[in-house]
Amino acid sequence: MRSFRNILIGMAISLILSGVTSGLERFPPPDFVETDHVLPSPTSPGPRQDVYEYIDVVVLLAALGLASYLVLKKRSRRAIFALMVFSLLYFGFWRKGCICPIGSIQNIVFSIFDPGYAVPIVVVAFFLLPLIFTLFFGRTFCAAVCPLGAIQDIVLVWPVSVPGWLESALRLLAYIYLAVAVLLAATGSAFVICRYDPFVSIFRLSGSLNILILGGCLLLIGVFVGRPYCRFLCPYGVILRQMSRLSKWRVTITPDECIQCRLCEDSCPFGAIRKPSAQWPAQEYHVAKERLAFLLLLLPVLVFLGGWAGSGLKGVTSRANETVRLARQIYMEEAGKTEEITEASTAFRATGQEIKELYEQASNIRARFKLGGWILGGFIGLVIGLKLIGLSVWRQRTDYEADRASCLACGRCYNYCPREHLRLKKAKEVADKC
Amino acid sequence: MTKDDKAINRRNFLRDGLWGGCLAALGLVAGASARKNRKNDMVWQIDPYKCIACDICATYCVLEDSAVKCIQQYDICGYCDFCPGYFELGASVLDAGAENELCPTGAIKRTFIEDPYYEYDIDESLCIGCAKCVKGCAVFGNGSLFLQVRHDRCLNCNECSIAVACPAGAFKRVPADKPYLLKKVGHI
Repeated sequence: MRSFRNILIGMAISLILSGVTSGLERFPPPDFVETDHVLPSPTSPGPRQDVYEYIDVVVLLAALGLASYLVLKKRSRRAIFALMVFSLLYFGFWRKGCICPIGSIQNIVFSIFDPGYAVPIVVVAFFLLPLIFTLFFGRTFCAAVCPLGAIQDIVLVWPVSVPGWLESALRLLAYIYLAVAVLLAATGSAFVICRYDPFVSIFRLSGSLNILILGGCLLLIGVFVGRPYCRFLCPYGVILRQMSRLSKWRVTITPDECIQCRLCEDSCPFGAIRKPSAQWPAQEYHVAKERLAFLLLLLPVLVFLGGWAGSGLKGVTSRANETVRLARQIYMEEAGKTEEITEASTAFRATGQEIKELYEQASNIRARFKLGGWILGGFIGLVIGLKLIGLSVWRQRTDYEADRASCLACGRCYNYCPREHLRLKKAKEVADKC
Repeated sequence: MTKDDKAINRRNFLRDGLWGGCLAALGLVAGASARKNRKNDMVWQIDPYKCIACDICATYCVLEDSAVKCIQQYDICGYCDFCPGYFELGASVLDAGAENELCPTGAIKRTFIEDPYYEYDIDESLCIGCAKCVKGCAVFGNGSLFLQVRHDRCLNCNECSIAVACPAGAFKRVPADKPYLLKKVGHI
């Protein structure tokens, strides 16, 4: 044992002398004079084939086209459901839910702000295709292509309606989520949308327990409240909503004309059907006009307050960044404010990097968070202000209509419309004649 | 399916303008991304010089069986008889007895080449990426054993769970045509 201990001591000394990161080996590799032993080289299996990714884009394109056809032309809930199940199986369980358009927001943002990162062409396609289709056909992506939507749609058994004010309030979460995700991606801190993707662990049948619980809870809520993630959290849904307002074609409940029969009134589990509304009541007109003027003046105030609060929170938000966290830990250790030494700080000290340099990096990042906080907060203030203004504007409607922004194009309402039954009967007659 | 009113009025004009604006914005995003798009995709890899050989890689991967494995870079290896990556520090005998081995799954194979040299190979199907051997080899040996993301297993998640948890910031995105970060050979 003594010789062994000597070896150890020798090793320790050589370790101290050589330092950990010198490129030289402590023990010179052998030449193998007796045998002609050839040094093997480590295997390096390449990344998984790109071909699958390009197939994904083709499937996405086909599914979007088919979904748009089924929603707008064929008007068949059954066919939409079948396509939705296919998407769930293909994009969800087969391709493991990655890459998805929701997460691709972050890649796009990250590539804009980080010169070193080039976003793969497949990810760009996943980001753009659903948006372009939405500009033409409404949210057909949500209806039958998105695997996250599909898994929630399937579990929706007993839909209960959510009051309008609660729906609007909860939807604010999605805007905040989008703003935070963009901020964290722009500063290169984290891809939160992927980190807290609630269903990806279900698709993969593995993953961290917390996310599995989160996904399970959302699915449990989703049995009663239709598609909670899509309506109240999905950051991509926020963009889709706004683009869907402008779409060239859109979902209509009736195939031709609304006869005001009210049969479809409660058919939408997502609360996207708007009732007809008559003229603005005369006695309310003046009050509302004043309120609108007040809200228009309030808008810049809300934007400013939001921005001020957002930048004030930089101490909290910047903690999502690894470098800032590390600098904070090192600072605490240096100042003697903490006894605990983390693995991260040990690893940092082992690299021999200057602490000052780290502080500088961290303060640069914090400055970016401050600016980002202004934009983030201002954006949220703007959203709240515009929502309030939207509530104070009277919209005249003569028919039962699907709300252009909220309608997920699932096609549930079609069958409630008596005109639809008439259309189907006529179509069948024509088909029988031929 | 209804096409919206084609009448030219202020509302429709504004709507069409916004619609065109959105399409142009999407085009801009596409253009900006395409301009920068190098041909390669990016994949995750561990910088072996930053890795501190904690055991996070073994447990944080979304795969049941972590995509991070230990690899042996043979041209750095000293082929030591007493391999500090293979044997427990207090090993009583230098043989392949389980009580002497550092690796909890027995994934390292020790073969005699010529006196006094032994070759150490990693059986990747057994390796769990716990980095016990990496630590031993880095502290007392040449550091020829180190962790790498094995791309035949890696799902290349958009946000790598291990990268999030890595205390040393050793995970980074590398171009897919050079997906491994091997160590530099120090001797001539």
